[in-house]
Amino acid sequence: MSKDREFYWRRLHSLLGIIPVGLFVAQHLVVNHFATRGEEAFNKASGFMGSLPFVILLEIFIIYLPLMFHAFYGIYIAFTAKNNPQRYGTLRNYLFILQRITGIFLVVFIAWHVFETRFQAAIGAKEVNFNMMAEILSNPWMLGFYIVGVISATFHLANGIWSFLVSWGITQSPQSQRIATYVTLVIFLALSVVGVQALLAFV
Amino acid sequence: MVTATETKKVQIEIFRQDTPESTPYWEKFEVNYRPNMNVISALMEIRRNPVNADGKATTPVAWDMSCLEEVCGACSMVINGKPRQSCSALIDQLVQPIKLAPMKTFPVVRDLQVDRTRMFDSLKKVKAWVPIDGSYDLGEGPRMPERKRQWAYELSKCMTCGVCLEACPNVNSGASFMGPAPLSQVRLFNAHPTGSMNKDERLNAIMGDGGLANCGNAQNCVVACPKGIPLTTSIAALNRDTTVQMFKNFFGSDHMVD
Ligand code: HEM
Ligand code: SF4
Ligand code: FES
Repeated sequence: MSKDREFYWRRLHSLLGIIPVGLFVAQHLVVNHFATRGEEAFNKASGFMGSLPFVILLEIFIIYLPLMFHAFYGIYIAFTAKNNPQRYGTLRNYLFILQRITGIFLVVFIAWHVFETRFQAAIGAKEVNFNMMAEILSNPWMLGFYIVGVISATFHLANGIWSFLVSWGITQSPQSQRIATYVTLVIFLALSVVGVQALLAFV
Repeated sequence: MVTATETKKVQIEIFRQDTPESTPYWEKFEVNYRPNMNVISALMEIRRNPVNADGKATTPVAWDMSCLEEVCGACSMVINGKPRQSCSALIDQLVQPIKLAPMKTFPVVRDLQVDRTRMFDSLKKVKAWVPIDGSYDLGEGPRMPERKRQWAYELSKCMTCGVCLEACPNVNSGASFMGPAPLSQVRLFNAHPTGSMNKDERLNAIMGDGGLANCGNAQNCVVACPKGIPLTTSIAALNRDTTVQMFKNFFGSDHMVD
């Protein structure tokens, strides 16, 4: 990738983080929340999502390709930083580092999660339903791994919304950026509750 | 109590490097305390009598300085872990032993002396000036509103000291990011009534290699800048300007600057 085009690649990375990947993550967590209403409700909701027309095209263009671009370019970005929290222990410096750590953890988590669920279904080994998740999450280590994964994703998305607003020049003044910090904190908490409640509904 | 016979000492540890390529090493020094000393006067004391804390003769320590009043930026170094100007670093306010190290973001010339050429190259790259040269007198430019002038004055205080580059996690040998200072200068010159006549050129320059998009919003620069320049506000404002410029470039508008 040409360094002269860096600006456009970075803007694309930023945009894809929200549209479609961020929207998908939010939607995914909300649909999973049907699990709190019981097995049948979850199976109906996930069955509906899985039976959308052109589902494989939707998955490729709304999830896999944008996520892969964001993830691989994100790894490059994460490893070009030389973190210095011992020198500047400010909130934003820590959030900057956490954005990178959660991003890298998400690569591992998402790869594993897709392998364990969607990929198994694709090769016909298993079916994606309530029982599949209940089986996975019956292992306390896996439950822990999934909780960390979900919270990493909600943090990364919420803090990503904050930096998206700066990257596109929407929040400029220190005050508007501070308000965005509070708003994205609420988004982080709300999505985390939704995501973790859904996970706990399987155990 | 300090008596006339036993003088108080200042403990200083310096991260030294003899040549740009040689391996750096720590050397300890002790200098006699005087009231109101700053790091530079302590360094001058070492230069006067280059003997380290073990009593061994050594080479005098090299560092840069010029104005001695925190306006030139030449004397920047890492003092007790934080990059700042050594001329305004008062010994009485520092925890001892005082640790001095060069700003490693830049190539080290010798000891505490670094080469900040990359900053001046960036200023050239982003055209951080108002072009008025020509074959005839262009006359006066448009007037700048007074309130805007006062605001722009704050941005103009940048002394290219390099502290914000040293503070930024994204400015390092593995990346080409030019850092916050030259970006903020683009905002300054784009705000100037005559300078704004070339604002598209500056925006396009920071949309190239090592430019604006490399910022990851750790926001250390604004905490570190000794001149209190609102660097992160400048960066966010330029993000908006380049968003607009990007669409102008992409959709082929023939409006260059307005
Ligand atoms: C769950 C899926 C993900 C979502 C929803 C997501 C979302 C976002 C968003 C919205 C941003 C803000 C963009 C901006 O600063 O303008 C962002 C930034 C970032 N993402 Fe992701 N991301 C995801 C996965 C990943 C992965 C797997 C990585 C791999 C390491 C990653 C690495 C990064 C990095 C390094 C940044 C910071 C970019 C910067 O500040 O310049 N992300 N992400
Ligand atoms: S912006 Fe501040 S820290 Fe950066 S070079 Fe200028 S004066 Fe130094
Ligand atoms: S000597 Fe000029 S800033 Fe210190």
